[in-house]
Amino acid sequence: MKKPILTREAATAFLFASPWILGFLTFLAYPLLASLYYSFTNFSVLRVPSWVGISNYRELAGDEVFHIALKNTLLYVIAAVPLGSVMAILLALLLNTKVKGMAFYRTLFFIPSLVPMVALGVLWLWVFNGEYGLLNEGLRGLGVKSPPNWLGDPLWAKWTLILIAMWGSGNAMVIYLAGLQDVPVSLYEAAELDGAKLVAKTRHVTLPMISPVILFNVVMGMIGALQVFAVAYVMFPGGAPARSTYFFTTYLFDNAFKYQRMGYASAMGWVMFLITLGLTMLALRLSSKHVHYEAMQ
Amino acid sequence: MAMGWLRSVGTAAFLVVLASAVVISEQATNRQKKKERVTVVYWEKWTGDEGDSMQKIVDWFNESQDRIFVQYLSISGVNDKTLLATSGGNPPDIAGIWGEQVAQFADAGALMDLTPMAEEAGLDRSDYIGPYWDMVFYNNKLVALPTTPASTAMHVNRSKMPPEYDSPEEFPKTIEELDALVDKVSKRSSDDRLILAGFLPSEPGWWNYGWGKLFGGKLMEGDKLTIDSPENIRAWTWVGQFGKKFGNREVQDFQSGFGNFSSPQNAFMTGKVATVLQGVWMANYIRLYQPKMDWYAVPFPYPADRPDLKGSSFLGLDIVVIPRGAKHPKEAFEFLKFVQRQDVMEKLCSMHGKNSPLSKVSENFFNTHQNKHIRLFDQLARTRVPLFADKLGIWAQLATELNNVTQEINLGTKTPEQALHDAQARLDGQWEVYKKQVLGR
Repeated sequence: MKKPILTREAATAFLFASPWILGFLTFLAYPLLASLYYSFTNFSVLRVPSWVGISNYRELAGDEVFHIALKNTLLYVIAAVPLGSVMAILLALLLNTKVKGMAFYRTLFFIPSLVPMVALGVLWLWVFNGEYGLLNEGLRGLGVKSPPNWLGDPLWAKWTLILIAMWGSGNAMVIYLAGLQDVPVSLYEAAELDGAKLVAKTRHVTLPMISPVILFNVVMGMIGALQVFAVAYVMFPGGAPARSTYFFTTYLFDNAFKYQRMGYASAMGWVMFLITLGLTMLALRLSSKHVHYEAMQ
Repeated sequence: MAMGWLRSVGTAAFLVVLASAVVISEQATNRQKKKERVTVVYWEKWTGDEGDSMQKIVDWFNESQDRIFVQYLSISGVNDKTLLATSGGNPPDIAGIWGEQVAQFADAGALMDLTPMAEEAGLDRSDYIGPYWDMVFYNNKLVALPTTPASTAMHVNRSKMPPEYDSPEEFPKTIEELDALVDKVSKRSSDDRLILAGFLPSEPGWWNYGWGKLFGGKLMEGDKLTIDSPENIRAWTWVGQFGKKFGNREVQDFQSGFGNFSSPQNAFMTGKVATVLQGVWMANYIRLYQPKMDWYAVPFPYPADRPDLKGSSFLGLDIVVIPRGAKHPKEAFEFLKFVQRQDVMEKLCSMHGKNSPLSKVSENFFNTHQNKHIRLFDQLARTRVPLFADKLGIWAQLATELNNVTQEINLGTKTPEQALHDAQARLDGQWEVYKKQVLGR
């Protein structure tokens, strides 16, 4: 008797999983593969895509605006990810102490990460307003005669976004907090017996023990930072001033929806994928000697 | 046994979900709201008062006959959504977009040719103010019809003017005279901070594409882009002199305190700039936010050595199109034809506080209009020197580049020559790609 390709059990399993499978194939797998194909075509949405080989990728190599957007994005990643990670770790360490009302503080520090991006952008516009902004009012109050023009000066505009990125450290903070709570108390006790104080305990016990969590958050933070879009789009239309806040995804969006160059935008998407993949692999490789998975076992 | 039962239930549930999805999606995409009438779906960018005004016109049309029902929907990002809906084969019957998008939409094959229907309806250039009619033509085809137009003028806050500039007749006629006025009017505080600018080209910065045009420059000659032409360099040098005059950093700091255009913190209404280049709609906002403001409007000055440019004005136009694949083009055109009627158009433009795109304008329109300078804006629309967006498929890229050029010059990071030359090089590349990939040249 011939063995059926699918057992009854497997068929039933597939049937029940079919909504997800259909959703995955329709909304993820197909668009993904289609965008790869479109990246080799001239595609303006309304016309049938025409094959252009690697010319979109070749054009990207010589596109000055693409280079500016890529440089801005990488600078943002380099600054925002470490700063955001340090901020999240510090917050998690503080919120891991035994203080009365800790549940309230934890909620308080997590809430900002729930604010919708567009609302956040509008809110920050007022905080960073050069003349009437809360921040500059405060700086003037502290005696700074000429506080930075956060939104209008190309030197400061990117830093404005980097500072804003730290506002959303709540998600990473929660993950660090969970990691911190998994650190065995016995290790701290042993360290104390050896005479370790707070800094030494943090350096030699806490950080190595949560190193896999740090790696996870850094990689996720890096992927998120490479896709910086909403706040920058709302606060700095067109990447103003003078394209100093023009990011990879903003340029991708403009090409896709403003200039109707879907093929070119698809090529950008795949370049972004390769950059993300490369940076992730680099992070995993560089971290191999510093991440201690045995702690998680 | 239990497994078989489960599988039957699972299969049945799956089929029910599938069938429901088909029925619901059919219901959701079926736009026929009234059985006895053909429903024409109209997507428009206007919201708020402007949207309400158009809704009144739509209601008027719906009441005027019993064959067609126009369903008006305010849609944000109407251009993107219209394109995507068109590519998906389910576009609206009418879409309200911007005049400068005609070439991009037409090149993409997104627009229906309205020429035969317009000819049948007896609509031709003589019915319209020339430049507005020309804006809706592309490659000798009528691809759109006008809704509300605009012309621009210099708006002047009288309270900030020295006595000798108290009336429109006394306001500077040439750009050189304007420069002198700016020097005279601009003020600094005791700690040397700029507190009043006579004029700032970057406020609101909506016509950055056009500074060269004000000096007789062009962005295109035949098939070639002429971004770094001598006239354009001259124009952007003039734009850049404001940064030199007031200090680049000083202007940035000063401008960072400007509120949104549509707010009581608008720089012109709060008296931070004494004059501003603005469209006919500005009066609506002054009436709303600063009703007691004493202001007047005049044509924008021209270069002293180019008297032929006297009376130039930037013209803009909101347009309505019938996207390719629309289900009811004839019925849609019925509505568009209705909007082109003089009484209907005047009603709409009056409610929007704009001038009319039609060549014939009634005295009643002028006499009852909310803008006290409406006759000036009508005259400016009929100018010998109309300035408007070039019909170019890469207009969006060009406008973006020229915004960037203006910012670079205002920040002092590049000279006008350098900034325009760089923009020319980038746009030349994009234009070549567009010609090859989209126009097939």
